Amino acid sequence: MVSSDVALMDEVMESRRTRRRAVGRVSRHAVMIAFSALALLPIYFMTVNAFKARSEYTSNKLGLPLHPTLKTMTSALADGGLYHWMLNSLLVTVASVAISTALAALAAYPISLMRWRMGPLVLGGLIALLVVPPIVLIIPIFEMVVSIDQLNTFHTVIIIYSGIMLPFSTFLLTSFFSTISPTLIEAARIDGASVWRVFIEVVLPLSASALMTVAIVQSLWVWNEVLIAVVFLQDQGLRTLMVGLTIFNSRYRVDVPVVMAGMLWATVPMVTLYLVGQRFFIRGLTAGAVKG
Amino acid sequence: MRINRWLPWVYAAPMMLFVGVIFAYPIVSLLHYSLSVPGAADQPAAAGLGNYGYVLSDPLFHTALLNNLELFLCVPVMLALSVILSAILFDRPRGWRVYRTMLFIPYILSIPTVGFVFGYIFQYQGALNAILRMSGMGFLAADWLGSPAWAMRTIMFVIIWKELGFGVILCLARLVSVSEEYFESARVDGAGWWQILWHVTIPQLAPALAFYGIVELINMLSWVFAYVYVMTLGGPMNSTVVTEYYIYQQVFTNDIVGVGSAAGVVLLSIVSVLIAMRIWMQRRLAAGGFE
Repeated sequence: MVSSDVALMDEVMESRRTRRRAVGRVSRHAVMIAFSALALLPIYFMTVNAFKARSEYTSNKLGLPLHPTLKTMTSALADGGLYHWMLNSLLVTVASVAISTALAALAAYPISLMRWRMGPLVLGGLIALLVVPPIVLIIPIFEMVVSIDQLNTFHTVIIIYSGIMLPFSTFLLTSFFSTISPTLIEAARIDGASVWRVFIEVVLPLSASALMTVAIVQSLWVWNEVLIAVVFLQDQGLRTLMVGLTIFNSRYRVDVPVVMAGMLWATVPMVTLYLVGQRFFIRGLTAGAVKG
Repeated sequence: MRINRWLPWVYAAPMMLFVGVIFAYPIVSLLHYSLSVPGAADQPAAAGLGNYGYVLSDPLFHTALLNNLELFLCVPVMLALSVILSAILFDRPRGWRVYRTMLFIPYILSIPTVGFVFGYIFQYQGALNAILRMSGMGFLAADWLGSPAWAMRTIMFVIIWKELGFGVILCLARLVSVSEEYFESARVDGAGWWQILWHVTIPQLAPALAFYGIVELINMLSWVFAYVYVMTLGGPMNSTVVTEYYIYQQVFTNDIVGVGSAAGVVLLSIVSVLIAMRIWMQRRLAAGGFE
């Protein structure tokens, strides 16, 4: 074969390859755009309909609002329920995440950094508990709570949430703490720091972003939890946002735009938190998988 | 660290106390209830194994278990889609970070929000059927959540929709940690996109997929209550009752704690089998069984 033929063939191959690459690029974006659009569909649906009047929704369910109005959003908030439920959810979430993260950090410290002979066994037990279905735990806990007359109280629910999250948060913090160099801790000990001071002044500051990750993943879970909130907070004034939304939905069933406006208000806090702290979400949710 | 040998227990004690109250005590009591609390009124043997006999012969419990089994069908779909989507993201097309952010959003939204919004979209007079009718495909319109034939499938769609982002993120995290050499050498050998996907990407993803698959199987058994509670309440005609919902109804609606507990023990045993499977798979993966 003469060299010019080779060059020609190369050129043909090359152009075929770039054409294939271009096709690949277009189809890649097509797939991504299709799935992203599907992922955003509920947010789109909530947003466009939250700015419509009830009359417009009957004829225009999916399009942009032709006569946009802010009244729907304000009347959803004027109901008062949303605001109240959000405060309840905020209280329950903050309290149980704080307790659970603190206790998990205390327990992860000996498991990961103290050469505790029982450590691996404790950790193994916690990993097994990760998958126990909540409904199974709730039956006896409910009977217990009723028998000591503590149903419909925030502290009961806070204790349950903290306890249910503990295996996961302890497991995650253990794997984060294990990355702290032991020599650093030895050095602090030789300088005369007590075990407690090492925890407060070395371990916790070095794990600030790990603690943040655990706290954010837990907040997401508590904020969105339904079953425990339904069973243990049956009093109207104590409803959390997720249970409140079911009430809100049945209250305004006939006025879909108001329901959508309510859902939109309820969605804003978590989505904002996600957009701001995305890396913590992703880190926390994938850490379990990487460590196994 | 040289320390007093009781000190670790002191640090772990508060956690263990909470775990004891919320996990250990309830699991033991559940076994106790299932054997000793009298069950349904129409049941001959009140205690002992009577509750188990009742549960295992209750047609509604069979429906519930079969529905959970049907939910398992979501898992292969989620696995396949997360492989493809993460592989595309890993090619880093322009704007891949934005795509990643958007694909993960369903996982952040709450089940009530998602359930109600899709509920309105899937209503008989809802947006989906409106589009189908407008585009001349009215014959495809169905009562997506209101008919026994479709309700379970619609719930499955919503579950896949919501859980997919988690798989994509898991797979992407795994791919980023894989050495670029594998992909480079395949490319040098002239492998096309699908060939690389099949011969390089999927084998490298095996650990992430095994993890995601087992986690989702367990989710399909023990974390789907909220979907059913929000979208169908088990209806129409009990076609979407899942095991969790069955237990919830027996205990909190029908007030038959013994029967609910027995069903709970059955559910717990099935989950335990899945965990054993997970451990076994991890050992195999560690031993290179999938290489």
